[in-house]
Amino acid sequence: MSNVFIAFQANEEARPVVDAIIADNPEAQVVHSPGLIKIDAPGRLTIRRDTIEGLTGRPYDLQAIHVNLVTLSGHIDEDDDQLTLSWKH
Amino acid sequence: MDTRVASKKLGLKERYAAMTRGLGWETTYQPMDKVFPYDTYEGIKIHDWDAWQDPFRLTMDAYWKYQGEKEKKLYAVIDAFAQNNGQLGISDARYVNALKLFIQGVTPLEYYAHRGFAHVGRQFSGVGARVAAQMQSIDELRHYQTETHAISHYNKYFNGMHHSNHWFDRVWYLSVPKSFFEDACTAGPFEFLTAVSFSFEYVLTNLLFVPFMSGAAHNGDMSTVTFGFSAQSDESRHMTLGIECIKFMLEQDPGNVPIVQKWIDKWFWRGYRLLTLVAMMQDYMLPKRVMSWKEAWEMYAEANGGALFKDLARYGIREPAGWKQACEGKDHISHQAWNTFYNYNAAAPFHTWVPSDEEMDWLSQKYPESFDKYHRPRLEYFREQQQAGNRFYNKTLPMLCTTCQIPMLFTEEGDPTKICYRESDYFGNKYHFCSDHCKHIFDDEPEKYVQSWLPVHQIYQGHCFPEGTDPTAEGFDPLLAVLKYYEMDVGRDNFDFEGSEDQKNFAAWKGESVEKGEAK
Repeated sequence: MSNVFIAFQANEEARPVVDAIIADNPEAQVVHSPGLIKIDAPGRLTIRRDTIEGLTGRPYDLQAIHVNLVTLSGHIDEDDDQLTLSWKH
Repeated sequence: MDTRVASKKLGLKERYAAMTRGLGWETTYQPMDKVFPYDTYEGIKIHDWDAWQDPFRLTMDAYWKYQGEKEKKLYAVIDAFAQNNGQLGISDARYVNALKLFIQGVTPLEYYAHRGFAHVGRQFSGVGARVAAQMQSIDELRHYQTETHAISHYNKYFNGMHHSNHWFDRVWYLSVPKSFFEDACTAGPFEFLTAVSFSFEYVLTNLLFVPFMSGAAHNGDMSTVTFGFSAQSDESRHMTLGIECIKFMLEQDPGNVPIVQKWIDKWFWRGYRLLTLVAMMQDYMLPKRVMSWKEAWEMYAEANGGALFKDLARYGIREPAGWKQACEGKDHISHQAWNTFYNYNAAAPFHTWVPSDEEMDWLSQKYPESFDKYHRPRLEYFREQQQAGNRFYNKTLPMLCTTCQIPMLFTEEGDPTKICYRESDYFGNKYHFCSDHCKHIFDDEPEKYVQSWLPVHQIYQGHCFPEGTDPTAEGFDPLLAVLKYYEMDVGRDNFDFEGSEDQKNFAAWKGESVEKGEAK
């Protein structure tokens, strides 16, 4: 199974998003490089709004990830509650 | 500020449908195919535009909100950088040459992309595609502006940036990126998206922005990191447009598959050749290195591109025709390109140098198969000559590939000691190419590429001298006349870093306080 990945700027706004991804995707691997956090996962990776809100204690609009997003790969499925990357159709 | 009423708020999918497709209409005064004349002539058949997906489902209102946030963050950093003399915090003045290459060769492409997407954002008859292309058109204009603003601070202190737009239309190596985008913008709208959104943005752009911005972070260049990441935050959306467009074309009609495959073959190769400049920048121009070109290629092209083409196989798409050659090139192209610029540095408005022993050891370690055997001896020879007072500058003109416009510096598959030459005849004229793939691209559309504005040919035809130049005058120096036409500041913008004004200034600023505004 090919990896999917997503990368964010290494900053405070992205931190709860990254933490939520790690919590929800046990197979995810996090790679730090200067200014950048890249997360690889085999086949599939999900970002859940609930988990981010649980970590920060305030409402979060998933589209706000666009502000700190750097790159990604895989097919995207997004609604108000989750964003999933996968190689599935 | 959110003006939507919470209790009646539509879900993301409904909101997207209402704010994109819901905005389109069937024309009645004129038939649709007269209003949208360009989206059929390439032979791509579309049966149902409603099947177009933007998986991010970004609508214009959300777009403005998040883009506004990005701009505020970025300009706060640019201001802080300027106010705090951030240019003094970079690792080494050699680093600035990467920025010179960026403002000369990459930033103008953002403007071309802005124009290209404005065009296709008008010409597609499908509303979803039009809205996505219009957003991207605005993004690209933003990138052009923010890069110009961020780098303008460096222009106050360093040479090689003052006429970047003027150079883009004239200087020999800048015809490489320029001709790439002119080729894309003069294609039909579907080919344009395959070229720019898919091949360039989806398959290759990570190689440009991610290691470069990480490299900027590593070299203490806060403003470049910030504009880079700010631009790159739009890039995920652009990449998504690229892959969605490809899937859409492939799903709409089986007859589209061979057309798309041909474009993928062409534009993967065109993009790969263009990235030669990035490969060189990454391996030679960042004093503190993050990863080699080869490592970046393996991570972003081989692993990620490999996954992508495995996925697209379900539609009958195979990996691009030049894939194998591009993967072999990862051991050589950065070194071959740096050698070329080192040679022609009299005519290039940025500095080159021989890497230090420590830097060469890093290259040996990263390129165990190729650096010591093929590339290090040449650099050591250059250094020896330079130390003996013979810094070599090649003052003749190189032969260019008619398709990619890069000097003939690439080598034969399997033999990195033999320059690759190919040629085609067309209406009694001979055209030259750097590779089989560039030759095939020409052979497929010769009537397009015979019009190439090849800088070397133009110079030999006398089109690149200032007005009123008399080439028959005694003591006429053709190279100097060309540099005058370029509006290069000879002796400050060009030649080796060693002994340059940039080098002296930076050392002085680091060693002692410098008077305000007295950079040059």
